[in-house]
Amino acid sequence: MISFLDFEKPIAELEARIAELRATANGSELDIESEIDKLAKKSAAMLAATYAKLTPWQKTQVARHPQRPHFLDYIRLVFTDFVPLAGDRVYGEDAAIVGGLATLDGRKVMVIGHEKGHDTPSRIKHNFGSAKPEGYRKAIRLMEMAAKFGLPVVTLVDTAGAFPGVEAEERGQAEAIARSTEACLALKVPMVAAILGEGGSGGAIAIAAANKVLMLEHAIYSVISPEGASSILWRTPDKAADAATAMKVTAQDLLSLGVIDGVVAEPVGGAHRDPAAAARALADAIGRELAALVVRTPAELVQQREERFLAIGSL
Amino acid sequence: MGAPRTGTGTLKRGNRGRLPDVPETPPHFDGGGVSSTLYLLRLVRTVMSWLSKVRNSLSSLSKRDTPDTLWMKCPSCGEMLFAKDFEANLSVCPKCEHHGRIGTQARFDQLLDAGYTVLATPKVPENPLNFRDTKKYPDRLKAARAANPFPDALTNALGTIEGAKAVLGVQDFKFMGGSMGMAVGEAFVAGAERAIAEKCAYIILTAAGGARMQEGILSLMQMPKTTVATRRLAAAGLPYIVVLTDPTTGGVTASYAMLGDVQIAEPGALIGFAGQRVIQDTIREKLPDGFQRAEYLHAHGMVDMVVHRKDLKGTLATLLGYLARKEVA
Repeated sequence: MISFLDFEKPIAELEARIAELRATANGSELDIESEIDKLAKKSAAMLAATYAKLTPWQKTQVARHPQRPHFLDYIRLVFTDFVPLAGDRVYGEDAAIVGGLATLDGRKVMVIGHEKGHDTPSRIKHNFGSAKPEGYRKAIRLMEMAAKFGLPVVTLVDTAGAFPGVEAEERGQAEAIARSTEACLALKVPMVAAILGEGGSGGAIAIAAANKVLMLEHAIYSVISPEGASSILWRTPDKAADAATAMKVTAQDLLSLGVIDGVVAEPVGGAHRDPAAAARALADAIGRELAALVVRTPAELVQQREERFLAIGSL
Repeated sequence: MGAPRTGTGTLKRGNRGRLPDVPETPPHFDGGGVSSTLYLLRLVRTVMSWLSKVRNSLSSLSKRDTPDTLWMKCPSCGEMLFAKDFEANLSVCPKCEHHGRIGTQARFDQLLDAGYTVLATPKVPENPLNFRDTKKYPDRLKAARAANPFPDALTNALGTIEGAKAVLGVQDFKFMGGSMGMAVGEAFVAGAERAIAEKCAYIILTAAGGARMQEGILSLMQMPKTTVATRRLAAAGLPYIVVLTDPTTGGVTASYAMLGDVQIAEPGALIGFAGQRVIQDTIREKLPDGFQRAEYLHAHGMVDMVVHRKDLKGTLATLLGYLARKEVA
């Protein structure tokens, strides 16, 4: 059962009406199939029309939808033979970032990403996808291992941001993020990053300084959350929708700014309405990027990655 | 200390009639020898200086044009200080050693030998997002430029530090909170590249609230961009030294500010990734004493040393002596 977002209310009402009619039809001789059919078509058209012109703030809500597929869903749906690897060898194991060896359509890779969890116990286990220094240090360790064994790196980004806590600060959250970004830039193997849901600031870029960066159609990627920007720049919590628009957080905006390289189409109504289709589309897009990158030399890969980021802000 | 003052100042509360602190090192420490004579001389000088301060201040009380800028209150201990004394003391409070925030020019003057060259700030696309919050971004930039001597928050100079060549970058908190947008990122890269061309160290003094939100994702992208530059310095075998000053937080801390070969912090500087209010709201507990201050980071292994401003130039010179690239004969 899909939970509807506020702006989907008209669609939710139609769906409820259809369900009601179906229940009635089952218990009667009345022929209302054609009526149900008509309503179902109307609902589908409304869904498509709504999702074709989502505002940045609506996309923010879709990107954070509790049923949106997360890292482990993509692992289950399109990766095979996943071997999770744990721990930073310094302090601990941070389940907010999951990583390991995996096969994507026959290609062996190192896959690393944020996992938000899907219910209360798993959300707590994964700290809602907000990683601590040990998560980033694990990512560094896995990236270096990938380079050592010639495996391309695939990162799946989905975080509201790195965890803001006393212990995270004490253990060097800033340093861990800086070193993780540096580790991405140093990779002598291909690296493709995909923003699945939320690309939240430093906590995202730490594993997204890649050769190619993709975004799902309704994902967002931002230097600060729209709520955060609202309270700092507008000095009120009520301007998040304006902030989301002003900061240009959508995949479409970021493609036109040249910050990302491709947008992966989601099923109509968002990835949560058909996770398998979303995962298939993502796997195909990552596969295409990897195929183009694996033929390049290590030096070319490093250089392309450096130039990609040096160009942002240069005249 | 001791120079007669001719300014026009009003005495503010807490100062008039307050006896000066006597110099440190009482005579008995040295068995009453030479140092006790020096101590007496210093004591006399301190008292004279205090008397002249009081006299000058009293004589000026009748005057109307009394600029407030002559006196200032230490933001940390509340001590009333002569602004000129404070500046002469490198903007460090003589009473509590609070290290005040200072501008780019003062930093260059304090750390570089005379005859340095200020490097041009690279131009970048302005207002790429056509951003406006309660004000238009170009209006904020215009106001910041009118109030500051340099066109954005990071300025580099090429010079020497006790004879050792270096490029020194200074981030100025007064310019939009030192925030890192494309201009800061581009200036950082230019500073590092100049250091590579000159085969010398790049030293950066950081100060920033974080990324410049008015440039959205483009400010976030300055994190990997500046990291490309630190990697190139490393590949060239050149020292990259970071001096963390008050305050250094957010995306700046989480990129070039934490990647130095040597990490120095100024005493008391606020240094962190997340803001204290955000942390407080997340954990709902009282933050530990001294949390995210330079000394706290030192105790947690995040910086090599906390260095008093009066010793900073000497420390940098010593480090350059060890780390600077040796010319191949």
